[in-house]
Order: sequence, then structure tokens, then C-alpha cells
Amino acid sequence: MNGNVLLKMDNVSKTFPGVKALSGVSFTLRKGEVHALMGENGAGKSTLIKVLTGVHAMDKGEVQLKGRTITARSPQEAQTLGISTVYQEINLCPNLSVAENLYIGRVPKRRGSIDWKRMNEDSERLLKRLNLNLDVKQPLSGFSVAIQQMVAIARAVDMSSGVLILDEPTSSLDNQEVQQLFDVMRKLRDEGMGIVFVTHFLDQVYDITDRITILRNGALVGEYETSKLSKSSLVSNMIGREWREEDEHRKKEKSYSSEVMMSTQALTRVGSVKPVSLSVRKGEVVGLAGLLGSGRSEFANLIFGIDQSDSGILTLGSETFQSMNPKKAIRKGVGFCPEDRKVAGIVGELTIRENIVLALQAKKGIFNYIPLKKQQEIARKFIDLLRIKTPSMEQRIDNLSGGNQQKVILARWLATDPSLLILDEPTRGIDVGSKGEIRKLILDLAKSGLSILIISSELQEMIECADRIVVLRDRMQVGEISGDHMTETNIMKMIAEGGGTHEQYSQTGS
Amino acid sequence: MKLNLRINQNNIIIFSTLLLIVLLYGAGSVLYTGFFTWQVFFNLFIDNAYLIIVATGLAFVIITGGIDLSVASVVAFISVVSAALLQEGMNAYVVMAICLIIGIMFGAAQGYLIQRFNLHPWIVTLAGMFLARGASYFITTQSIVIENATYTAISKFKINLVGSNFISVSVVIALAVVAVAVYVAKYTEFGRSVFAIGGSERSAMLMGLPVPRITVLVYTISGFCSALGGIVFTFYMLSGYNLHLMGMEMDAIAACVIGGILLTGGFGYLVGPLLGVICSGIIQTIVMYQGTLSSWWTKIAVGFLLFLFILLQRVIVIRRQRRRVISHAAEKPTASGGDRRTPASI
Repeated sequence: MNGNVLLKMDNVSKTFPGVKALSGVSFTLRKGEVHALMGENGAGKSTLIKVLTGVHAMDKGEVQLKGRTITARSPQEAQTLGISTVYQEINLCPNLSVAENLYIGRVPKRRGSIDWKRMNEDSERLLKRLNLNLDVKQPLSGFSVAIQQMVAIARAVDMSSGVLILDEPTSSLDNQEVQQLFDVMRKLRDEGMGIVFVTHFLDQVYDITDRITILRNGALVGEYETSKLSKSSLVSNMIGREWREEDEHRKKEKSYSSEVMMSTQALTRVGSVKPVSLSVRKGEVVGLAGLLGSGRSEFANLIFGIDQSDSGILTLGSETFQSMNPKKAIRKGVGFCPEDRKVAGIVGELTIRENIVLALQAKKGIFNYIPLKKQQEIARKFIDLLRIKTPSMEQRIDNLSGGNQQKVILARWLATDPSLLILDEPTRGIDVGSKGEIRKLILDLAKSGLSILIISSELQEMIECADRIVVLRDRMQVGEISGDHMTETNIMKMIAEGGGTHEQYSQTGS
Repeated sequence: MKLNLRINQNNIIIFSTLLLIVLLYGAGSVLYTGFFTWQVFFNLFIDNAYLIIVATGLAFVIITGGIDLSVASVVAFISVVSAALLQEGMNAYVVMAICLIIGIMFGAAQGYLIQRFNLHPWIVTLAGMFLARGASYFITTQSIVIENATYTAISKFKINLVGSNFISVSVVIALAVVAVAVYVAKYTEFGRSVFAIGGSERSAMLMGLPVPRITVLVYTISGFCSALGGIVFTFYMLSGYNLHLMGMEMDAIAACVIGGILLTGGFGYLVGPLLGVICSGIIQTIVMYQGTLSSWWTKIAVGFLLFLFILLQRVIVIRRQRRRVISHAAEKPTASGGDRRTPASI
């Protein structure tokens, strides 16, 4: 077994001012395995990866690559040593061709000039190894995120000498694309590569990995073989207390009234959403299911007025609208937590308090300044209410963990006292514990009379939260299910086959 | 090497600029007698050789996502320095060498400040612009006429092409600069890195490219080209004056934009600035031939063109994004029906 060890981190410690990020963590990666690194946010996964890839220097400990002690002082140096990393966000240049992205920095040359022909041929060969057939002369920006991710992996694989680190590579991919990525990972594993896989998706861990190393609060919990570790003990180990799956799967009780809060009639936008008609009642949670790119986020954008609809009618309360814009939507009591909170949600440079009052201030207009005292009052109220973990409301928001950032965004909209809240992927990229809390919050809010439209890639999550689920496919509304019909199988079937409506809206009415 | 002349979204701006040149030149030829001659065409190059050189150097900076506002001032400064040194009786070739060294050092210094202290290129080169302009005042406030034999000889030298029509030495220099720039951009690692930085500086850094060195280098190239443009301009004017070419940096930027260099960086062909310069040159010639219009009409027309081209670029970018969303969505149903499990994490 020892001959198989590719990478060994021994007793690694790292302290940041005020925080002990890693204390005495050991990690072993063997040849030909996919090794999951698991832990809640703040458990030290990222720090461990960053130490390994030379972003941070470790205070104590030793890293051995193939039996040789190494110290990487920068990502470039780690790369030269043969440790390649692919991050969640794609670090390639969208304006360059696929081939260039694979080879820039080490392009093949002939008589001092770039040998384009050879570079393109080499690229095709390299991508073929990953079962990809692309026109490598096209600019990278023309391809989907999944393909771009694969190109990043191809580059990393080509430069690595056996160690590949994938840091949450699946969080912006849909199921299909995830499977495609897994095929590639399996192939590389069979070729003898050691792959470190960081993810929040438990099912993916069981799908692909051979071994799991769990971290908690910067310390090692243990290393396990995936096949011998049950899901519940994995989670218990991660959160450090007993956890039973059933706790999470409580069903929502009916809390909605018959009053319709929001409805759309054949709301359409050419090229992004085909006519969608649905309604959300007071206190009701409606889910929008569908694959990535099925039009679910695009539809949410129409309601909030980020994109303009071409035809159709939108009704909010008793008023109908031909067109909508975000400002109007906020005035009319709509709140919107967008899909990518880092890009479209938080304002990283501002404090938690400022982030919370942002939408309320926008609703009141910029000339109607909310006094500081009032702002603090609001911020404190929501920090307590949503249990946002922070030492102070004057912290910059980008210092918070993903789950807490998401809560701040929720707080931002709750502060405007909305009647309809649109949540696009509210639990993406946040850890198990916070996910549960946010779900509970959604249910509580619905109970208090708030109407919620929720979009999520995690079907189980929607089934637990929603009263009804509307299924979109290829930018078209293909059906709607509610009650006991809401099972993953049924939804997947509708997504796959575009099946009809399981139960008409009128029948589910009160 | 097979030339790929298919029109696609990448080269549509270059093609529209070419089309515009043909249309404008055609319009001029139809409207005015004597417009459609080789010499009028060559004069476009002769009159604008300096601008072609400066704009080509500037294009490298713009492709990285930066800007260099100091170019016109450097040209004026070089004209004054040359005139002053030649007046002192210095050898013409030594003067040219000194000018080029000044340009290189000036550009490198700006690049170093921008890179090392992470300053905004607008600010640094704005300062450079005032500095170079001010420094030429420091040497002299008067216009100095150049009487040096070598300079006048080069200035008057005619290279005959197509019968008795001619081009100047400056045109040869300008075209050589463009040729080298096109080669560097397409066939050297440095050139591709310039594009990479324009695409995403962070990614370029993470892919292991020497971003700091390249940043300094592009401003050095711009400085060098400004100095070379200054020398060529001095041939053309045979005088040094600190008020030469006020606001020419904007003409250079305009030439880049009309030539399809994206102001946000990361995209463009190095032959573009040449085409952009020729475009505004033709407009200028038409205004001249018309006779009654004030020369400001050139500016008005160029302003209008700029607006059109920026709009065109924007439309292309938007269409590209839209198409991606649609093709991305369309990819889905064709994929294999295999295992469609959801990542139903808890």
C-alpha cells in the first residue's frame, strides 16, 4: 500500500490571526483514487487545499510528493511540482481559443513562432483523452460552463504529474454535466491519477469517490473508505453531533390561504422563456424545477423585471402589469435572492448592516435616508431572527461564510417586508448545517403568510419546502405536481419526458 | 498558410471597416474629379504615417485592457527634442537613437508605476501626458525649424510606386511597424499573453503567465512607438514645437476603436489601427476636396463613426451572449439519457 502513496501531508498546522485554521491535519492521497475532502464551511478544507497549492505557507508540518519532501511557495510552483488545481470559478481566458487556453504559457514553437497547427492538433488529442470533441479554434466563451470546466481540467491534467485537485467543480453544473465530469474523473482515476475532490454534494461523494477524509473545526476527524461509511455517520462526523436523515425530511404542513398573491398569464420572452402561467397564493411555497438552462432562472428574472417580457400579463396582488422593472417590483413587495450571490447578491465591500438595509433603502428612494440608529435596529433584529453568526454587524460581509451570506441576503429582502419572495438556488454552495437552517426559515416564513417562489437544483429540497412544483423543460412549462405526487422520480420523469400535468391547479385549490 | 476569409463575429468589425474604406473612397471618387488617383491614396499613408505607428503601439496597451494617454505629448516632446538637438549640430542618427531611448524609458517608467503600485493607467498616463507636454515647454516655447541635411533628405526622399506616384520613407517605416505588430500579436507567446491579460488578468496570472513583465512591456512598446511616431512626424513637419498634435491621443484611440480593437481589452486585430487611421484620413480628404466645409467636419464625421462602431461592437457582444444561452439550453435534450440522478444532498 505504501508504494501507492502519491501525496502525503503530515501534521499540517496553520494559524491565521485569531483563528487556528488547521491543527495537526494529515492527509494521504493514493494512486488511482478519488478522495473526497469533506467538512462544513470553515472546517479547513480550503485552507488545506491552499496550503497544498502554495497559496498559504504552513506553520508546521510536512508535505511529501512521491516520497520527496516539497514546499510550494506559490500556485505556479505547485504547478511545476505537478500539483494542478481546478477551482469552482473557471480560471481561463474566455477570449482566447480553446487550444490557446490549454497551452498558453507553454506553447509549441517552430523557428521562434507559435506553431498553431501543432498546438491545435495537440489540443484535439488532449481533449480526446477526456472524451471531448471540440473545435479547438473557437474562443472558449462560446462553450458552456461545463465544457469550460472540462477544458480547465484538461489543462490541469496535462500539466500535472499525477495529482489533481478539484475544488467544488460541480457547483455550477447540472446533473447531466456532472455525470460527464464524473466519466472523465473515472477515466483519469483508471489511468492512475490521484484526485482530490472537494464538494458539498453528498450524493456525488458516494457516486464517485473511493475514500473520504473529514475535517471539522480545522482538525482531522478521520479517513474512511466511502463504501464503509454510511451517509448519516458521514454527516454526523462533519457536524460533530448525531444526525438522522429523517430529521431533515419533515414535511411541510399546509399554511396557505386562497388569496392569490402573484400570477402570470402566458408570460413570455422570446429566446428565453416560452409562455408560463402560474400563480402563487398567500403563504404558499411554489417550486420551479427544471434543468439548468430550462428557463427557471430566466422566468424569475421576468417576474422581478430584470429582463423584459415580450408578451403576457403579470399580476401582483390586485394590480396587473405589462412590464416590470426591479424598482417597481421592490415597491410592489417582491424580493429576489439571485442565483449567484457572489456576483448578483452581496456587496462584498459593505458591512453586514449596510447589506441588510440596501433593498429597504432602495424601496424608500435615495432621498429618504434611513437614520443609522434605525439601520442598526433593523440589522440587529434580523441578525437575531435569522441567527446570522457574526461578531459584529459592522463586519464586512465577505468575511462571512456562504450560509451566513445567504442569510444576510434573505434579511435584506425580509427588511422590505415583502409579500412575495423569489429564491433562486438559496442553498447552493453552503454547508449541510446552514442548508437545514435556511430550509427551516423558508417554511417558517411561509407559515407567517409570505408567498415564496423557490428554484433549486436539489429536488429533495424543493419537495420538502414546496406546496406545489411547476416543472420547466426547454424553456417551456411542461407540468405541475403537488401533494404526494411530488417525488423525485415523478419530477425527473417530467423533466425527462415532458409529461403532462399530474394534477390540475384547480383541483389542488382550497 | 491558408488565409481564412470567412466572415464571422470575430472579424466582422475589420470587414466593416474595410467596407467603409471602400465606400468612402468610392463616394469621394464619384463626387470629386482627381480623387481616384494613386497619389491621393498614397497621401493618406504619407500624411498619417506617424498616427499609424502611434495607434499600433497603443493597440497593444488597449488589448491588455489599459490605456495610454501620453502618446501625443510624447510625439510633440520628441519633435522638440530632435529639433533642439539637431540645432546643436548633433548627428541625425544619434538624435534618432536618443529619441527612441527616451520613448522606451518613458513608456517603461509608466508601465512600472502602473504595475508595481497597481495604479490606474488613466491616471498614470494622464500625468505622463502633462509631463511630456510640460517638458517640451521647458526646452523651448518656440517652434524650431529643422535644417539638418539628413532630416531634410529623408523628408524629401520619394520612393516611386506605380509610375510617377510616390510614397515617403515614413510610410515604409509605418507599414513595417504594422507588419511586425501583426506578427508579434499572432505568433509570439508575448503577443498571445497580451490577449490573455485582456481576457482575464487573474486567469492569466493563475495560468502562470508573467503578467507584471508583460504589463510593463506593453507600455514600453507604446512609448517606443510614440517616439518612433515622433521621429516620423518630425520628418513630416521638419520642425519641433510643443503645441504640435494637441489631442492626437484621442485620434489614436479612435483609430483603434474604428479598427476593431475592443476598448475593454482582450480582442482585436493589429491591422485594425492602420485601417482606422486610413478611414479618418479619407474623411479628412473628402472634407478637403469639398472645399467649403470647415475642417471640423472631419471631427464630426469621425465622432459619428466612433459611435457607430462602439454600437456595433456592443451588439456583437450581446448577440454572442444571447446565442450562448440559447445554444446552452439547446444542448440539453440531445445528451445521453444515462443516469439522471439528482445531486439530492441533504
